Parts: sequence; C-alpha cells; structure tokens
Amino acid sequence: MKSREYAKVIRQEKIAPDVYSLWIEAPQIAAEAKAGQFLSLYSADKSRMLPRPISICEIDPDRGYIRLVYRVVGAGTEEFSGLCEGGRIQVLGPLGNGFPLKEGKAFLIGGGIGIPPMVQTAKELSAIEDRSSIQIIAGYRSEQFLAEELKHYGELYIATEDGCAGTKGTVLDAIREHALEADVIYACGPKPMLRAVKAYAGEKGIECWISMEERMACGIGACLACTCQSTEVDNHTHVKNKRVCKDGPVFLSTEVEL
Amino acid sequence: MKNTKVTLAGVELKNPVMTASGTFGSGAEYSEFYDLGALGAVVTKGVANVPWPGNPTPRIAETASGMLNAIGLQNPGIDVFIERDIPYLKRFDTKIIVNVCGKTVGDYCQVVERLASEPVDLLEINVSCPNVKEGGIAFGQSPHALEEITKEVKKHAKQPIIMKLSPNVTDITEMARAAESGGADALSLINTLTGMKIDIYKRSFALANRTGGLSGPAIKPVAVRMVYQTAQAVKLPVIGMGGICTAEDAIEFILAGASAVSVGTANFADPYAAKKVAEGIEAYMDQQGVEDIRDLIGAVG
Ligand SMILES: Cc1cc2nc3c(=O)[nH]c(=O)nc-3n(C[C@H](O)[C@H](O)[C@H](O)COP(=O)(O)OP(=O)(O)OC[C@H]3O[C@@H](n4cnc5c(N)ncnc54)[C@H](O)[C@@H]3O)c2cc1C
Ligand SMILES: Cc1cc2nc3c(=O)[nH]c(=O)nc-3n(C[C@H](O)[C@H](O)[C@H](O)COP(=O)(O)O)c2cc1C
Ligand code: FES
Repeated sequence: MKSREYAKVIRQEKIAPDVYSLWIEAPQIAAEAKAGQFLSLYSADKSRMLPRPISICEIDPDRGYIRLVYRVVGAGTEEFSGLCEGGRIQVLGPLGNGFPLKEGKAFLIGGGIGIPPMVQTAKELSAIEDRSSIQIIAGYRSEQFLAEELKHYGELYIATEDGCAGTKGTVLDAIREHALEADVIYACGPKPMLRAVKAYAGEKGIECWISMEERMACGIGACLACTCQSTEVDNHTHVKNKRVCKDGPVFLSTEVEL
Repeated sequence: MKNTKVTLAGVELKNPVMTASGTFGSGAEYSEFYDLGALGAVVTKGVANVPWPGNPTPRIAETASGMLNAIGLQNPGIDVFIERDIPYLKRFDTKIIVNVCGKTVGDYCQVVERLASEPVDLLEINVSCPNVKEGGIAFGQSPHALEEITKEVKKHAKQPIIMKLSPNVTDITEMARAAESGGADALSLINTLTGMKIDIYKRSFALANRTGGLSGPAIKPVAVRMVYQTAQAVKLPVIGMGGICTAEDAIEFILAGASAVSVGTANFADPYAAKKVAEGIEAYMDQQGVEDIRDLIGAVG
C-alpha cells in the first residue's frame, strides 16, 4: 500500500533569492526514491487543496532524508518557505518514473529551478560512471545555486543569461563554447530550453530524456489533469496524451510534443 | 446493530459514500492507498462510445477552497473500459457505477447498451459536463432535452440510471422533475459550476479552455441548497455531492435529503478522503446515537 506521511523538517535554508533548500525526514520515501522522481507536498492551509509537485534534489537513504529545492512563486511555496526545523509537512511519494540512467558520456542539463533534480542524477551516475563522463550544464538567469554540490559529482559548466558567470547565453551556448559531446542527455527546465535541447539531440542523434512539467491535481494518475501530447498512443486512454505525473515526468524527447 | 446501508434504485450500498466521477479514475490509482471495499460504490470517470482526447492543457487551476477543471472528458472509450476497468473493479467488495458521456443521444445509448451485459450496478448519465462543446451540458440545461434523453437512455439501459444534473440552471427543481418524468431511477448533483480564472500578470486565461468547472468546498453551500430543493421536488433518491471533505459535510447533504454522497475534489487534497468520510459517518452515528443512517435522510427542519 502507498501512504501519505508527515515528514519531519530537518532543516531549511535560503540558498538564493527566493530559492529554498529543505531537508525532510521521510524514511519510506528515501528508501524507494530515485533521481528524477518527485513528491507531492500538501499545504497546511486547507483552502489550498491541490498538492505541489516538487522534484527530489537529493536522497540520503542512510538517514532517511530527502532534499527538496524550490523557488517561491506563489502561496503554496511561500507557506513551505516558512517551515522550520522540527516542523512537519504532509508529503506523498516518490511519484513518477525518474531518469533511466545509462552508461556513457552524459549531459545533465538543468535550467533554473530545473537544476535541483540534477544533483541526485549526478550522484547516482557517479556510482556507474567516471567523473569526466558526468558533464553538468546549469543555466541560471543570474544568481547561482547548488553549484558546489554539482561540482562534487561531475564537471560543471555554467551559462547565465546576463553573463555574470560562465557562458553568457543558454545551456546550448555553453555546450558549444566548450565543444562538449555526449551519448545521452538528461534535461529538466523551462519549456523553451527543453525544446532547444530536444532539437539539439535530434540533430546530433543523441538519446535524450527530458523531465516535463504540468499542472497537477491528483498527482497519481487518476484525474488526467497533467497530460502532455505524445507521439504514440498512451497506454492509459489510448489517445496520445501521456500523464506527466504517472507516465512521466521523464520522457524520451522523441516521445512527446513540446 | 447500527445500519449504514442505503438503497439506491434497488441497489444496496454498504454505506452511503461513493466517489465523484472524474476524480477517482476507475479506482486503480486509489486502490494503492486503501481497499476500495471501504466504499459504498466507486463511480468511474465518464466513458464514451469511442476514445476522447480531452482538452488542451492547462486543464486545471486552483481557486480558493476549490479548483477549476476542464479535462474535457478524456477517456479510453467503452471497449478498453469493459476489457480493463470493469474486471479490475470487480476485485473489490464495492458497487460499480459507470459514468456515461456522449455527444449525441445515440452515443449515450450505444454505451449503455454495451454495458447491459456487464457486471455493473448502476449507470450515471452525465448530461452536465460544462467542458465539452457538443453533447454533455446541452442536454442538461433544457428540461425538454433532459426528459427526452432520459427516456431514450432508459429504453436502452439494463441497469437503473442516475441522471447527473448541472447546477448551471435557473431552477434545479424543473430539471429534476424533467428527469423524473423521463424515467430516471435516481438523480445525482451537483456537477461543477462554470467558472473562469485569469492570470493577471500574463493577462491570459488560467485554463486553455478559458472556462472550467468549479468544484470543492467553495461550492458546498450551493450544492446543499440544490440537493435540498431537489429532494423536496421529486420522489427519486438523490445522490449529493459538491465540496464534501469530511463526514460532517456528508451528513449535511444526507440531512438535506441525499440518500448517498460522493467525494470528489477532496480526493486530491487527501487520497484517503472518501474512506475517512465513510468511517466518520459511523463515528457520528455512534456519537449521536443514530441506529440507522436512513433515519437521517432528509431529516432537517
Ligand atoms: C514534476 C514537477 C516537478 C517540479 N519540481 C520543482 C522543483 O524541484 N522546484 C521548484 O521550485 N518547482 C518545481 N516544480 C514547480 C512547482 O510545482 C510549482 O512552482 C509550485 O506548485 C507552485 O506552487 P505555489 O502555490 O507556490 O504557486 P501558485 O501559482 O499559487 O500555485 C497555484 C497552483 O498552480 C500549480 N502550479 C503553479 N506553478 C506550477 C508549475 N510550474 N508546475 C506545476 N504546477 C504549478 C500549483 O501546484 C497550484 O496547484 C515542479 C513541477 C512539476 C510538475
Ligand atoms: C478533475 C475533475 C473531473 C471530473 N470529471 C467528471 C466526469 O468525467 N463526469 C462527471 O459526471 N463529473 C465529473 N466531475 C464532476 C464531479 O464528479 C463532481 O460532480 C464535482 O466535482 C462536485 O463535487 P466535488 O466538489 O466533491 O468535487 C469532475 C470533477 C473534477 C474536479
Ligand atoms: S495529476 Fe492527476 S493524472 Fe496527473
């Protein structure tokens, strides 16, 4: 049986303007979870009925901890940012499929608040691959976060919109500037970035896994709120609409329309 | 012995709690959280004669104590449903109610005919979906059209039919009487109230469909009022829904005249919501010294 649990807040800190890092204790989730999966976080304020999907940033299975890194964009995330050590929050997970990790030279591409899941992805890849094969390309608007953690597991390349660090431009500009190459891509970030990464992977013929985002209600595959258009018929409704929460959030780039 | 059983059109439910169509799929996802045998019935997502792709996204938006949805009745069509979903639901000790949608009267009749030989207990005819352009609500907003479709569907249905009413009408009792005249065996209400949300920074609609159906606790007082009026107006059993989150909410509907209740949007806020409502009703009965749930039906005033 699946269960929703109250997770204890271990600690929370602000790591960039409006960006928070939250460690929670959720042993069952930590035991099962893997990179690319997400949790549903429930508001204590009952007037906000829908759970907030947040990607798993890091897993500490030994201690039963999960790390979430999120940006405050509205009332729900604002509420979460007020959580303190010893507090608790209702969570459900791990949800979704996660990244299927492959051997070979990899690009881990994160854009903005799509960067957090790349920490756990890099951590898991580091168990099967050399550091030099784990090429992380992080695109920030300006202010950076999680860069130290990412450097710990792989080679980090940074792109910033304003050029305040790394390559001035997009993640693809950074890849070109450093003449990087890969056999497989894992990407999470805003839709325009995913579109560009998908096109790049298509040109180069590289296997590319992207993590999609959509509004969710149930978070478990029942309500059909979170669909994305797929190239093949889905196996739930048989209509070319895959559920981001259940069939995803990670899809092969050729599998979905962006 | 305390009695929680209720009867709807000759079908006995172990308790009055069921799921609201579209919020619970065909039960599979929620059965990973608890045994669906805890519920009086599972009401499935609307199913049509052929697969429907539904609306573009975003399909939902959160609102104060509720949400808007414009899923657009995405469903796999009756063939897959019969092959996959009914056998799955049969594994649980609960009643099966299939929610039926269509674009034409013929579509509805085709689906209920296909279900005639299936182990399904009741049919809920959705003539009240505000999110599809053809069919759906077109039948649910005119008393004449509602009576006609009820008659036609009734002719083809083997199981008793529940007509699901829309709250987007001037006089709910007129609609309830039309469905009764058409031969409905029970009524369920309310479906969602048509609403709209605008993103003021993007200056765009929150939903791709522009409008959507409002559900959740925000609509509960409207729903209780309509259930009360309907129960007063017709002799048919009424299934009440709209914002039920707790057993207290459910009891309110039962006192207003509902013989059974459905839990919808609350399933999103808490996957155990429907089960907790069923358990809470028993606790209320114990606490209030109620021997038979049926003594509460319509017992307001
Ligand atoms: C699979 C997945 C993983 C995600 N991982 C992260 C993460 O690791 N870190 C992070 O900061 N954000 C992440 N997001 C986005 C995050 O879910 C939203 O920022 C958050 O729900 C906003 O809630 P709010 O109450 O603060 O905002 P509001 O705008 O007040 O929320 C209103 C409603 O819209 C929904 N919503 C708003 N923005 C989004 C969005 N971008 N995607 C989906 N639903 C949204 C909310 O869940 C809520 O139901 C992820 C989204 C998805 C789908
Ligand atoms: C996401 C969603 C999908 C729905 N799909 C259907 C449907 O397929 N058929 C139907 O008759 N009603 C559908 N409804 C309406 C509900 O069954 C119910 O009538 C309404 O939501 C009010 O109850 P609630 O406030 O408890 O959710 C849907 C509601 C929601 C929120
Ligand atoms: S959020 Fe309900 S199906 Fe994905």
